[in-house]
Amino acid sequence: MAQSVNFDQFADHLEEDMESPVDEAAVHDSFSHLIEEQALGFPGDFDALQMDPLDLDDEARDDVGYLGYPGQRPEERYQQGHPHVDQRGHPHVEQRGHPHVDQWSSATLRILSSMPSRTIGRSRGAIISQYYNRTMQLRRRKQSRPSIRDFSRSSRPSIRGYGGVDSDLGDFTEEETKRERLVNNLQNLSASDRVRMLRAMPLSVSEKTEFRCSRSILAVEDVIRWQETFRPERSYSRSNLPCCSQCKDSLIIVARQTWYSCLSLLSSLQLWHTALKTVSGRFGTGVLSYFVFLRTLLFFNIFLFSVTGLFLVLPQAVFSSGLNSTTGPSGLELLTGGGCFTESVMFYGYYTNATLKEHCVQKEPNSSTVHQMGCHGRLYYNMPLAYFFTIGAAFLFTCIILVYTMKKLFGQSFRIDKSQSILAMKVFCSWDFKVMKKTSVKLQSENISTQLKELLAEVGRKKEKVPIPQKLAWISMNVLGWSLCLGSTLACVVAVHYFSEYMHKDLQLRARNSNPSESPLVKEASLLALPVVVSSINLLLPGFFNTVASVEKYDSPSMRTYVAISRNLMLKVSVLGILCFHWLGRIAADPQSLKLKCWETFVGQELYRFLVMDFIFTILDTFFGEFLWRLFSQKLLRRKRKPVFDIARNVLELIYGQTLAWMGVLFTPLLPAVQILKLLCLFYMKKTSLMMNCQVPRKPWHASHMTTVFITLLCFPSFLGAAVCVTLTMWSIKPSQSCGPFRGLQTMIQSGKHWVKQLESTNSNLAWLSWVHTYLVENPVVFIFFMVMIFVIVIYFHTQVVDGQRKIITLLQDQIENEGEDKKFLITRLQAIHEQNRPSSSQRIRGTSEDSSDY
Amino acid sequence: MGNKQTIFTPQQLDAYQDCTFFTRKEILRLYQRYRDLAPQLVPLDYTSKPDVKLPYQLIGSMPELKDNPFRQRIAEVFSEDGEGNMTLDDFLDMFSVLSEMAPRDLKAYYAFKIYDFNNDDFICKSDLENTLTKLTRSELTEDEVRMVSEKVLDEADLDNDGRLSLEDFQHMIVRAPDFLSTFHIRI
Repeated sequence: MAQSVNFDQFADHLEEDMESPVDEAAVHDSFSHLIEEQALGFPGDFDALQMDPLDLDDEARDDVGYLGYPGQRPEERYQQGHPHVDQRGHPHVEQRGHPHVDQWSSATLRILSSMPSRTIGRSRGAIISQYYNRTMQLRRRKQSRPSIRDFSRSSRPSIRGYGGVDSDLGDFTEEETKRERLVNNLQNLSASDRVRMLRAMPLSVSEKTEFRCSRSILAVEDVIRWQETFRPERSYSRSNLPCCSQCKDSLIIVARQTWYSCLSLLSSLQLWHTALKTVSGRFGTGVLSYFVFLRTLLFFNIFLFSVTGLFLVLPQAVFSSGLNSTTGPSGLELLTGGGCFTESVMFYGYYTNATLKEHCVQKEPNSSTVHQMGCHGRLYYNMPLAYFFTIGAAFLFTCIILVYTMKKLFGQSFRIDKSQSILAMKVFCSWDFKVMKKTSVKLQSENISTQLKELLAEVGRKKEKVPIPQKLAWISMNVLGWSLCLGSTLACVVAVHYFSEYMHKDLQLRARNSNPSESPLVKEASLLALPVVVSSINLLLPGFFNTVASVEKYDSPSMRTYVAISRNLMLKVSVLGILCFHWLGRIAADPQSLKLKCWETFVGQELYRFLVMDFIFTILDTFFGEFLWRLFSQKLLRRKRKPVFDIARNVLELIYGQTLAWMGVLFTPLLPAVQILKLLCLFYMKKTSLMMNCQVPRKPWHASHMTTVFITLLCFPSFLGAAVCVTLTMWSIKPSQSCGPFRGLQTMIQSGKHWVKQLESTNSNLAWLSWVHTYLVENPVVFIFFMVMIFVIVIYFHTQVVDGQRKIITLLQDQIENEGEDKKFLITRLQAIHEQNRPSSSQRIRGTSEDSSDY
Repeated sequence: MGNKQTIFTPQQLDAYQDCTFFTRKEILRLYQRYRDLAPQLVPLDYTSKPDVKLPYQLIGSMPELKDNPFRQRIAEVFSEDGEGNMTLDDFLDMFSVLSEMAPRDLKAYYAFKIYDFNNDDFICKSDLENTLTKLTRSELTEDEVRMVSEKVLDEADLDNDGRLSLEDFQHMIVRAPDFLSTFHIRI
């Protein structure tokens, strides 16, 4: 009779406070108590239930119809059954929506608690997690065998309570069934999917290994037998499976082994593993993102270098005669790229316009002449064509890789959702498991607690009204800050413009009245003036921006970071724009006025100089800004604080350098190699400086967001700008007439035209190629039109698909709501039926247990 | 090359590669790390699957875990006996889940287990308070802890049952882009 007392208590509870979610725990407490006692009182009934046949069809589980037949689903008792209330609130309506039916009979309760929506992990791999829980529990029980009560840790009406009275035999058969089902699931997948699913299962390795064995050795026959038993209608199609699947299995094994060897090769390429680990262990994810970005850039450059090196530098170096340097090395060449470097594979001007052949080394003056083919060497290498296509392909592949990376990152880091759960995320997702150093761990927990306090205060005051005068003051401050930054940027840009013009005029003057008495060294050194000016602007102005930003007032630290990034970006983009104009508009348009033999080489040297200067200034900045500043502030000012590593600025410097490298690869095929060296040095230098001089940044840093932003910046202004410059040069600027692979042509693109004509004359079947070439490549308007059209179509289809998905989502949500209503309705009906079957309250429990055994 | 063959059979290595996110080389490296914890306990030959378990004291003293406030929970969740004593399989399992390659769902599942201190498959208020104490090294006052956990429950608990189920947790994780990068230990 204890049960009925309990039940009444429960009813009282409900009537008292029905709305508070906290009190539901109490409600559930009484549930579980009730059920536990029932379980103790009537063990026989439950044993009987357990012997029921299993329904293995998972898909049917969400069917509402089963509500009336609890006996058919005994396996649900093993599902850690907590009444888990769904998001749409359907199962709990019995207490909220229908206060008049607040007393459920125990049979109803049992059914409710075995509803699939109330079990753990319904999403992907629901069975897996249930299986996992089950086996873990079983294993632990086998070790210690505690009493039944220990299993009701949950205050929910837990089905686990029944587990205690089950015989171990029953557990094992249950486990076997689950296993079988899992194995079957795995069997139906393709090999790669199988491995992926196996890896993603929340099971221990030893269990996975068992699965793996069972699926590759036993499972085929087992599953077939199983399928013949349970799904006779399918068995005929599987009759010839073993042979096929054996072949398939062996093929899969071979394929997998090759894949593994590829993978281990890849992992051996994993650069700076330990270095990255030390950095992340000490500074966390934020600073790590800088180094990972640096590594990404390094891989881009290695790719670019391997392409240009393989197809341009190597053939040219092999087939050409040795270097004929006229001047001895003076050391300045390393900075300017002039002197003996000018006539080397490093720069555009050195490359021949001939077709390189295997046995005839003599250079043909015109690559399009037909009688070349008569030379007895079979292998020939058309340098202009190779130059054109190598650069084009390198840019195309870089673009594809960039866009792909960006797409992936966007998918990962920006999931737009309206509901906010900042505090929860902070609690569960902000701990950086990578951090290992004791002081950093301490700092991290300090950071988290301050952030939590701030968030708490923010939630508490709920958008406190800022008085209008103060707000006005802030706004005017920000306006002032922005105008200062914009003004200084503009001033710098104008300065660079006039300075470059002045330097250009100076060069023209020198070229016109060449003074033999002037030392060539001075002339070389004067070329360095522009890079020095630009690099110092790049070094000093961000500092100024930071000073301005420290006075301004922004709502959030992330806003501050974005403002800093946009200011720096504006500066760099506009300076680079002016420089591009300087190179392509002034020098390339009129190379005669400078008496330049080869303007491409000159521009290539300029880019080389900028890259080197940028590197030198970064070294200086690291030394003075970080090392000496730390010494100064620690020794003289006796402050404990060290300088903070400015991630945003450092990353933008990297992007700037990479833009230069991309722009210069057309004129300086070896520039990626220089960039590789630069990045390698930079990595070790920055790492050492970081370890010695810096401390963990105190600002919260959304690493994944920022990585996405950085890759986007790398793609959009940087890569796109470089690509536009290179395309412009190839399409519309006349190459030098006396040097380089494209000498004698009007534009670089014509090399392709010559080749196509030549092909056409030798093989008339390829006439369509020239047609394609004329319309696609030479006529950029048609080409661009086509490209834009394809893009628009693709985007249109994408939006259509997304739109359709959105509609389906709304429909599904409606459906979920309807199902919730159905469930409510069915539960009430169920309860009504139980009420009818129960003649008096004293026989209530007996009645329900009979009910359940009747099913 | 010679000693690689003697530690594991090729089949074992294949199995490990299929079941974890590691390559052959990384598995061997992890084995070395495992062995370095107790060279006298761990045999050099794993072909016969010896039943070796390293106690939690050793596992928790790894530099990767030593200062992690959740080290005990991590070890408990991944160990087969639930007490933090780990076999090589458990060890591999742990770092596989914490590796870069593990998918979000898997990571979320184990993160849930780690934060579920009382193993009841729900993160309830006491779990949250436990988490907060560990996270902030008891720097928040009792009142603040209570308020934060109330707010967290309020935000993330979709079904209003006063505690977080795995579903609630996963739903929240999906919207936390940093989770993948922070729930990750480089080994």
